[in-house]
Amino acid sequence: MTMSLMQQVITVAMVVLGTMLTRFLPFIVFPANKPTPKYVQYLGKVLPAAVIGLLIIYCFKDVSLLSGSHGIPELIGVAMVVLLHSWKREMLLSIAGGTIIYMILVQVVFK
Amino acid sequence: MKAKNEKWNACRAAFPYTFPILTGFIFLGIAYGIYMHSLGFSAIYPIIMSFTIFAGSMEFIAANLLLAPFNPVNALFLTLMVNARHLFYGISMLDTYKGTGKKKLYLIYGLCDESFSINCAVDIPKNVDRGWFMFFVTFLNHCYWFLGAAIGGICGSLVKFNTEGIEFVMTALFIVIFIEQWRKEKKHHSALAGLGLSAISLIIFGGNHFIIPAMLMILTILTFLKKPLEKAEVTA
Repeated sequence: MTMSLMQQVITVAMVVLGTMLTRFLPFIVFPANKPTPKYVQYLGKVLPAAVIGLLIIYCFKDVSLLSGSHGIPELIGVAMVVLLHSWKREMLLSIAGGTIIYMILVQVVFK
Repeated sequence: MKAKNEKWNACRAAFPYTFPILTGFIFLGIAYGIYMHSLGFSAIYPIIMSFTIFAGSMEFIAANLLLAPFNPVNALFLTLMVNARHLFYGISMLDTYKGTGKKKLYLIYGLCDESFSINCAVDIPKNVDRGWFMFFVTFLNHCYWFLGAAIGGICGSLVKFNTEGIEFVMTALFIVIFIEQWRKEKKHHSALAGLGLSAISLIIFGGNHFIIPAMLMILTILTFLKKPLEKAEVTA
């Protein structure tokens, strides 16, 4: 390891600071005791739906369609979750079903 | 006594929602601990980092930062880029986290992907205190992650169970939340924009650089849609 302990502490502190900045900034810029601008209120209402979409895509950021298993296990896993959830609407069942299928696919089928 | 009951109630109500995250975080946390172990770090590193940073993907990156030449400015900017999506979480939660008192500081501190996705979408039962419910969602998630990382760091080399693919539990959770939101909303513009524009951005910019362009595209589209969407809400 090339860093000294102090340098490691500073590096971790920078990562903590960066993370906290991104989490606290909106609350600092738009404090609760002052009226939030209409535009930001609007964003607060419509953003969650979009952000969950972004999060789903974020989960696939390392999937390559052109190499490896071509994203087939991911596609089947997603389909499984959607099907199970449309059918039974049991959160834990949909999540467990999709995950188990995906694990079987990446461990056994697409090695 | 009433206050104690209120907390216990909220904790019990919150736990089932965090259950998928319990599975995911314990295994991912262990994976993170093992990863740190394999890079030559002692268990104290994943323990401290999982507790203080509490942002999964960033902690894996932080491990690499610790092995690279010392560059704190680079570490800060990289973190800001990777975690920029938190800005959207904050804006979405401005209203939801209002009136939660001192707990608000912790709610914001622990605003990770998973805490956000539950707290923004869940219908909290009427007889449960909102603030404490969201507090326990955040707190339980924090505990799972911390425990997983500690277990992985301490006995990382002993785990023999093949956990490859377990990370899909998070993907599955987000998909379920997406479907639940979809059923609740009258207009799907925002959900579709989030999914579609992020996918386009991923294809164009690649896995390491797509988040900020995706955020900008989403902001632009939602800004253009402001008038029509608000009109729809008034008439609905």
